[in-house]
Amino acid sequence: MVHVAVLGLGAPGDDPRNPWFSWSYVSQNTDTLLAALREHLFLTIVAVSLATVIAIPLAILAYRVGSLSGPILGFTGVLYTIPSLALFAFLAPFTGIVAPTTVLIGLTMYALLTIVRNTLTALRQVPADVLDSARGMGYGRRAMLWRIELPLALPGIMTGLRIATVSTVALVTVGELAGWGGLGELIIGGFASNYYRPQIMTATLLCVALALVLDLILLAVGRVIMPWTRRRSA
Amino acid sequence: MSVIDDAIVWLNDPLNWTNPDGIFARLGEHLWISAAAVALGCAVAWPLGVWMGHVGRGGPAVVTVTNLSRAVPTVALLTIFPLTAIGFGAPAIILALSLFAIPPLLANAYLGVREVDPEVRDAGRGMGLSAWQLLRKVELPLAVPYLANGFRVAAVQVVATATLAAYVNGGGLGMIISKGFGLGLASGGGQVLAGGALVALLCLAVEGILALVERALLPKSLRRVKHRPPASAADALPARS
Repeated sequence: MVHVAVLGLGAPGDDPRNPWFSWSYVSQNTDTLLAALREHLFLTIVAVSLATVIAIPLAILAYRVGSLSGPILGFTGVLYTIPSLALFAFLAPFTGIVAPTTVLIGLTMYALLTIVRNTLTALRQVPADVLDSARGMGYGRRAMLWRIELPLALPGIMTGLRIATVSTVALVTVGELAGWGGLGELIIGGFASNYYRPQIMTATLLCVALALVLDLILLAVGRVIMPWTRRRSA
Repeated sequence: MSVIDDAIVWLNDPLNWTNPDGIFARLGEHLWISAAAVALGCAVAWPLGVWMGHVGRGGPAVVTVTNLSRAVPTVALLTIFPLTAIGFGAPAIILALSLFAIPPLLANAYLGVREVDPEVRDAGRGMGLSAWQLLRKVELPLAVPYLANGFRVAAVQVVATATLAAYVNGGGLGMIISKGFGLGLASGGGQVLAGGALVALLCLAVEGILALVERALLPKSLRRVKHRPPASAADALPARS
């Protein structure tokens, strides 16, 4: 607190030596920025992929076994209330204070919750008369799942994936405390080293841009694998 | 001795509760910063949301605000705001947190007024109510369950996010965790775990208490909102902090 108070006298205001953005900062630190961006991307992709692989079967299970859906939704709801920093605090003593595992488990859990809830909602919104006619046409449970229920739920599942990805990109920054924060390390590092504005701002912009780019990529993937949704949004 | 034992020992030391930077002081900071942020968020988002719902415009804007709030890292706003004209200290943190309270407040206020049955609105107009009277006597009372729901989501969101103020030395219970991380696993592990438990308990308590208050205060006829599922489950989820 003391150093904040002392430097606080000089830090705000517009110091020409500490601009909000500087191209020379970007050109002189391209390697650092790219390394942080790579780490950020790595953490995001691993967390979201792991979450998807676990969440979709879990949601299908909750959809199929009605008595499980209440507990699964309730449990994920409670977990979602706990802030990420507290979750990292629960994990760190067991997985290590500076370890990607700590951050990855935390990120995967939050992404998991979003995907499970969206997938379950999407599966439940498949119209009952569609299921009835499929059953009447002789579809078995497995064929119904793969050819009727999952394709019809796909738009909802993709929405969940997009929300999970964008949230994860923002959430990675919190991992700084556990030593794996991607661009978050530059943001907080910039704050800690004399409130270095160009570094804070550049890392923030890269972070938002990464979220936007990944979102657009998933949107495009969705359009490719679900050609029937294209007409609706056009 | 395991980390769990360390955490229990740490929590059992009375000085860790009563020190000038002990649990009570940190809890106090946490609660007042959160309360101020939620109040600020309500002051901005409720009038705006209710007005947008009343005139029936701005739905896409609400969606954009919600999506944008997911993409902007809380940590970034917490570090940027103190370096602007706002300066260091609580106001910068309160302002940053209130921005994350706005999406659920705004979306629920908009939706609450928007969802009022058109026939009820027509009946009000037929009785000769002016636009202002219609808003005050028909639309707002019917929107109360949504407003209450948005308030609860926003409050839990802000209390959870306020933990991150520790990254900029801004006080709150998060400081206990960050100090523990600073000490390293051997001597700080117990404190990290204890801090995490306190934060998690606080968030669950706020959620639980507000849900109970909501149930106690809302008249029975207005409690329908609970049974109506949101269009998408994640739409109901706030941005994670």
